[in-house]
Amino acid sequence: MDPENQSQIKSIADRAEKDRISREDIIVVLGASDIEGALISAETVTSGDPSFSGPLAGVSLRLPVYHILEPTIKEAIPEDVYEENVGIWTLAVEPEKVEKIGQEFEAIRQKNKTSA
Amino acid sequence: MGNWLKGKTAIIIGERDGVQGPSIAQCLEAAGANVVFAVTECFV
Repeated sequence: MDPENQSQIKSIADRAEKDRISREDIIVVLGASDIEGALISAETVTSGDPSFSGPLAGVSLRLPVYHILEPTIKEAIPEDVYEENVGIWTLAVEPEKVEKIGQEFEAIRQKNKTSA
Repeated sequence: MGNWLKGKTAIIIGERDGVQGPSIAQCLEAAGANVVFAVTECFV
């Protein structure tokens, strides 16, 4: 993940802590098209930058992270808005891949909770 | 479905070759989330 974006996310999380906003009330939503890239970004905002090069190196923010294609996100968004903005991707990505994204991200969130 | 996104503070990392930041932001705002940061990353 871009170091500049890591820096922004870190400052948002720090500010939220000062404002006593619970980490559970902050979510990170990703739109990466490849699972590997999405998982690296997910790791960056939960356990820290795996490349150890950005501001989140060694920083465990433990933010709940989701992918825009996950059913749990899709179901909470008005259907017409989702269709207009993301619809093409739901057609382009195989259902098995969407299911895999959902499983992988759910596992990351669960791991996050248990190690918090 | 219940709208669990309502009132959440949202950070969005879109991707140029995937779903872009502004598209995700529109979705989350329509669901009642408060988008505080939305970006589209580009890997070249």
